[in-house]
Amino acid sequence: MSASARMESPPATTDLRRALRTALPAVSLALVVAAIAWLNPRAISYFGFTLMLNLAIPIALATMAQMFVIAGNDLDLSIGTFVGFVCCVSATWLRDEPWLGAIALLGCVALYAALGALIYLRNLPSIVVTLGMSFVWQGLAILLLPKPGGKAPAWLQAIMGVKPPFVPFPIVAAALVAAVGYVVLMRSSYGAILRGSGGNAVAIERAGWSLLKAKAALFALAGTFGVLSGMALVGITTSADANIGNGYTLLSIAGVILGGGEFVGGKASPVGAVIGALTMAMAASPLLTFMRIPPDWQVAANGAILIIVLAARVLISRNGERR
Amino acid sequence: MSAALRTALARPWIWSFIGAGVVWLAAVAFTGGYGAGGMLTAALSLAVFTVIVGIGQMFVITLGPGNVDLSLPANIGLASAVAMKTMAGDDSLVALGLAAALACGLAVGVANYVLIWALRIPPIIATLSASFIIQSVDISYGRGLQIKPPPGFADFTNVQLLGVPLLAILTALLAWVAHVALHRTIWGRSVMAIGQNIRAARLAGIKVEPVRFATYAFCGALGGLDGALLAGYFRGANVDIGNEYLLASIAVVVIGGTSVSGGNANVPGVWGGALFLVLLLTMLNTFGVSAGVRLLLTGLIIVAVITAAGGEKRTR
Repeated sequence: MSASARMESPPATTDLRRALRTALPAVSLALVVAAIAWLNPRAISYFGFTLMLNLAIPIALATMAQMFVIAGNDLDLSIGTFVGFVCCVSATWLRDEPWLGAIALLGCVALYAALGALIYLRNLPSIVVTLGMSFVWQGLAILLLPKPGGKAPAWLQAIMGVKPPFVPFPIVAAALVAAVGYVVLMRSSYGAILRGSGGNAVAIERAGWSLLKAKAALFALAGTFGVLSGMALVGITTSADANIGNGYTLLSIAGVILGGGEFVGGKASPVGAVIGALTMAMAASPLLTFMRIPPDWQVAANGAILIIVLAARVLISRNGERR
Repeated sequence: MSAALRTALARPWIWSFIGAGVVWLAAVAFTGGYGAGGMLTAALSLAVFTVIVGIGQMFVITLGPGNVDLSLPANIGLASAVAMKTMAGDDSLVALGLAAALACGLAVGVANYVLIWALRIPPIIATLSASFIIQSVDISYGRGLQIKPPPGFADFTNVQLLGVPLLAILTALLAWVAHVALHRTIWGRSVMAIGQNIRAARLAGIKVEPVRFATYAFCGALGGLDGALLAGYFRGANVDIGNEYLLASIAVVVIGGTSVSGGNANVPGVWGGALFLVLLLTMLNTFGVSAGVRLLLTGLIIVAVITAAGGEKRTR
């Protein structure tokens, strides 16, 4: 690390660019919050943030799940229907038969790990495997809960309804999620191996680490955060629906990219992912409602924000990586 | 004889047709032979829509890792609304409506490429952002749209010759043209070369960017055409009309033996894959399974097929 820095000694502008690039997710979020504050100052309050960021917790958790998959150069197109399935399990089994529900959810995590192993062993395209799995999760969810209904366990509702002093719960929860993701992926020694498996798989393998285990671990982490996302979602909505999480697949990918993640090279940022998810959650509806933009165009705003942030990123790192 | 059989089995697309045959036989066995021909006719008329977008997706995927068009469902939805509005239920405006849908799809494809090129972002995220915006345009533009297709156009999408849908024949023709374009034109061969090794292709003097531009525009145009035809077949435009074609377009490409990591494609497999998917649904429907089981089995079979087909050999 230090040797390469001494040899290349990049000019100061590159450092500035890198710093700007790193700060971009936070800047985007700050801009969205500033816009909301300007349009409706009363929204910037304990109560306002609690309302506006209510759904941000499950989105942040799903984004974190997606980030682990993307860190390994894969993509999970099934996370949305998986979150929906977890919602259905939480609103039925976990409430009525807590043991059965817990075992089912642990089984889901194990299945995710197995999928990662399968993708590695057969060198399968993760896009296709997870697209297929999205049908599986949705099918299971419909089988479990053919009609919207069920009821979230009381303890889940209680957790999601916590009102900590001074700082709204969604912000506390988001900080916690970001911290956990940061410690696991960026600070733990095995996290470095996981990132390496996405960045330079050959080097990791030659260093004696099992790429199979790394891939399975990344998917197991994704499954774990997916389960948490579904539980958080049903704790907020109190009842479940097989289609409840469908939009999360694209939101989670957008959140990771918004947060500075890259599709290749094991570049991922847990803190950035959570910030990206918060930006998406705030920009998607509260901001637009305050701007009196009709609901028709709210989806477009998601796309526009993505494009604007990506364009800003290109402008910042003009002569950065060339594709 | 066995040598001929062996060359046939070596074709990557043969398995999709074998799979389609197996599920068809299973369905026919279940009904005791009843409706065997009708099933094929129905499968052909539904497979057409998957084949059209599948061909576009195949060219895009062949460009190499990361190339995939996620905007197809939104594109199809918007084009279906544009087609119905332009045709306005009038038979004399059918050609104009088709042209409008094609132009709309083409514009989406061009927009996708502009995003990829200008922002230098992976096509997945570019087409994803584009699809968000297209979807909104469609919701806003097609709100409360209840224009029926012109009767002549609706009949055209449903007409059959000796049990074979006319659209299927025309789509077979389109597939043949795509096959020739893939293997015999500079564009098609450039697409494959880029997918095999973009650096080598560039060094060999292939104009990579124009080829990528043409490929995304081509895929977008096919999406637009598909939207118009779907609106004719299902008697009206709908925001969600294209939703199932995201998975379907990717799945038929993969099931058909085209390499997901690019550089190696074949058109017949798109037909085989589409027939397999449609007949699979037909089979599950004749078995009378519930919607949940149908989704579950569809997903499991797709995962099983891709696992059996296996990925590329690790070259690194």
